[in-house]
Amino acid sequence: MTASIAHRSKAQFAGVHAARWAEPVVMEMTYPGRRGVVFDDAPAPALPEGAMRKAAPVLPEMTEHDALRHYLHLSQMTLGMMGVSLFGTCTMKYNPRLGERAALQHLSHIHPLQHPDTLQGILELYANFNDFLCEVSGMDQFVFQAGGGADAAYTHACVTRAYHAARGELAQRDQIITTIQTHPCSPATANAAGFEVITLSLEEGGYPSLEQLKSVIGPRTAALMVNNPDDMGIYNPDIKEWVRLVHEAGGLCFYDHANFNGVMTRLRARELGFDACMYMLHKTFGAPKGGGGPAVGAYGCAEHLVPFLPSPLVVRDGERFTLDDDRPQSIGKVREFWGNAPQVLKAYVWARAMGAEGLREAADISVLANNYMDLRLGQVRGVSRSNPDVTAPRMEMTRHSVDQVTQDTGCTVVDISNRMTDFGIDALWLSHEPWLVAEPFTPEAGELWSREDIDYWIDVLEHVVTEAYETPELVKSAPHNAPIHQLKGADMADPDTWATTWRAYRRKHADRLAAE
Amino acid sequence: MTRAHPWMATSAPSAKQEMLSALGLSTVDSLFSQIPDDHLYGKPFDLPPQLASEVVLSRHLDDLMRRNVTCRDSLCFLGAGAWPHYVPAICDEVANRYEWQTSVFGSPTSDHGRNQAWFEFCSQIGALVEMDFVGLPVYSWGCAAGHAVRMASRMTGRRRVLIPAVMDPERLSVLRNYCEPREMARHIEIVEVAVGPDGCIDRADLAAKLDHTVAALYFETPGYHGVIEGDPGALCAMARKVGAEAITGVDPLSLGLLEAPGAYGATIAVGPTQPLGVHMNAGGGVGGFIASPDTVRYATEYNTLNISIGETVQAGEYGFGLTLFHQSSYGSREEGKDWTGNSVYLWALANAAYMSAMGPEGFAEIGRLIMARCRHAAEAIDGIKGCSVDLSRPVFKEFVVHFETARVAEVNAGLRAKGIFGGKDVSKEPGTDGQAALFCVTEAHTEGDIATLVTALKEVLA
Repeated sequence: MTASIAHRSKAQFAGVHAARWAEPVVMEMTYPGRRGVVFDDAPAPALPEGAMRKAAPVLPEMTEHDALRHYLHLSQMTLGMMGVSLFGTCTMKYNPRLGERAALQHLSHIHPLQHPDTLQGILELYANFNDFLCEVSGMDQFVFQAGGGADAAYTHACVTRAYHAARGELAQRDQIITTIQTHPCSPATANAAGFEVITLSLEEGGYPSLEQLKSVIGPRTAALMVNNPDDMGIYNPDIKEWVRLVHEAGGLCFYDHANFNGVMTRLRARELGFDACMYMLHKTFGAPKGGGGPAVGAYGCAEHLVPFLPSPLVVRDGERFTLDDDRPQSIGKVREFWGNAPQVLKAYVWARAMGAEGLREAADISVLANNYMDLRLGQVRGVSRSNPDVTAPRMEMTRHSVDQVTQDTGCTVVDISNRMTDFGIDALWLSHEPWLVAEPFTPEAGELWSREDIDYWIDVLEHVVTEAYETPELVKSAPHNAPIHQLKGADMADPDTWATTWRAYRRKHADRLAAE
Repeated sequence: MTRAHPWMATSAPSAKQEMLSALGLSTVDSLFSQIPDDHLYGKPFDLPPQLASEVVLSRHLDDLMRRNVTCRDSLCFLGAGAWPHYVPAICDEVANRYEWQTSVFGSPTSDHGRNQAWFEFCSQIGALVEMDFVGLPVYSWGCAAGHAVRMASRMTGRRRVLIPAVMDPERLSVLRNYCEPREMARHIEIVEVAVGPDGCIDRADLAAKLDHTVAALYFETPGYHGVIEGDPGALCAMARKVGAEAITGVDPLSLGLLEAPGAYGATIAVGPTQPLGVHMNAGGGVGGFIASPDTVRYATEYNTLNISIGETVQAGEYGFGLTLFHQSSYGSREEGKDWTGNSVYLWALANAAYMSAMGPEGFAEIGRLIMARCRHAAEAIDGIKGCSVDLSRPVFKEFVVHFETARVAEVNAGLRAKGIFGGKDVSKEPGTDGQAALFCVTEAHTEGDIATLVTALKEVLA
């Protein structure tokens, strides 16, 4: 086995090069009169003058084949998980093809407003998966309406409003507490929902102290929104006491289970005292990320919050399933309809294929693999670990730093990440803002990747760090084997030159384009 | 586990042992030492049995899903936020690419192709609405409207939005959540503007309610009931005159035929992306776009991630990277604009492929076809005894059918028995009088389908 690992690393070091198609922007790929799709023609309707379009939209005119070929070229110039991606905080998993096929076959042609009698299969799947997540979390009810993890955090902020409003305390309870290591979506959605955000800072041990929490809770506390373990792999051992204190002050407690992978089957949110929690089906439960959705933030809560959940809820009535919209205390909708059903189906596929023993195995492997990485990364020149005082093994990911390499060579973690993509390693996850560790990176192996993959990833890092010390310019000017070269960047930050559309680009760069 | 799982390389028994040995351990338990004992859940989990065999799991799914009746098994005339449009085969092929499905944040160089496709999504939406700034998509049309209203409130410093009294309750419910309840300091008041008997915004009522406290007028064309506003530019001008933003919700599929919001003076355009090559997916196909002029005033209020074209260090080469990232919640936490996160970016790739295949002529053609089919269906249904459709209204894709005596629930039950999903029951909603249903007719419906519907309606109503 060792031999094959070496063989693989060697081959990949020598041979990786991304596809490079020099593909024009699609707006340029136009020839007057060409068509990619045609319809039966019909006469122009009589419309008021003010409603009629005067100038045709400036879209490309191309054949179906050209459109397909163009987008396939673009897909080939996307690394995704075609190499090795240990993108931390996102829990890179295999996205089972069975789920893709089944979703396309069975759900494409379903309308969300169909009569429930015609939705019995998908509603049963929702109900079954709800039961699965309730058992895993200890919660009483899940909803899948939120279109991502941040949307589930927003759901919680809305539920928090409704809960306190129902008790006549909303005007008084205007603060939500979070920690600096909690995902930015918690403070952002709390703020968007109208709350003042209080952010606790890290202290000894890598988490805020009980004293800091006590100093901010009180009659204005509406909720606590927190993750655990955090993105540095540190578990807050006081979390049960935190929940007790916030409850005592009258606030709700929301557990962002973004980092659930390492603790699956070992703890349950409800038993820790939380009122609500959230799982990201596109992370922990094997649905694809799609570069940023469609996603699902599965939001679950205990009985006392169920009346406030968004509508509709899937209700099991013996063998029959219905959608309950008649819920007067519900917050209504955070997004139209009842969720990204294909993603729920894919997550259900993953969950059923794993079962209880698979979840435990996956959690074990993800923590084991991370600690294996920690061991090897500790031996790489210039790489250090966050919170060196925390000697206990980290959970499923660890924050590391190449600050020493940067100080010695001038090569930043972004340079190193760019150079690693030359070897088929997807760009590193660095850290959420604010960076608490200089030049950070946060790999997460999860349960998918083999030791060979992990070793290769570390071999590449080691190689690039060596390059940084020996030939820093090679690293700073990376990537060299990618579809394109490094972006200059400054033009994309300047209002006079940035352009999010081809129209804006043509207008802002008209002089230069005319000269060419 | 005694047998390796197909999705876990290290579940091969010796592989796990190798890793443990490297750490000098015999079991994993000590790796969890950070978790206090009294946090651990000691009981066994009551979960259904593992189905690791793909053949077994696939069969299980088939058995479950067989209990659905799809819009392929039946003829679907439901719309109202998710519409039965035709999805060209290339859209499925593009959206199902493993590279795109498995990509995550990435970088402008390693995920260059995806970033370019994102830019092409924004560029083509920009071409349809004739606006220069387009953000990456948000969760849905309702969410896009919500963010646009919040943008307007921040830009104007005002806390009131006018909306049509006839609006999709589904979308309105989302908007209400974005406007915050009265108890909150930044509550945005939602004020309804009357909709006239022609289905359009009542100008007199609008004039009476528009003043310098209004952050935005939000209206839709076509509206919830499919009605096309005759002079959307005049509505926008009225809003702009009092310093309010003019936000329009538009169906992108109508924009080969109907005037672009940017051309008639809307300052922000929003709308759904599902019609652009994405399946209904039981509602999981929805997405929303936000567009505006490209000025600092607007650009710096976007909550979305935004992708800009830019130069690389190689002369003549361009790439695509994030711009204005710092104003997102990723960049500034609660100081950012609303929030962002995973959205519907994979659908944006299907949308991009769809729009390039369509081109200007495709959009014009589909617009004419949808209007013609819709008109044909409306006239035919209006001719059925017991049904009436207001044929004086120019409509796109959807129209209201009133039933004189029958109840919609019973009509739809009768239709369902004949393999037809009738229109959404809108009987208790604003803008209808008595029993009414919202029917949707698209390019995917043939004249034969409409004839089938008419025959079935006659039988059900007989």
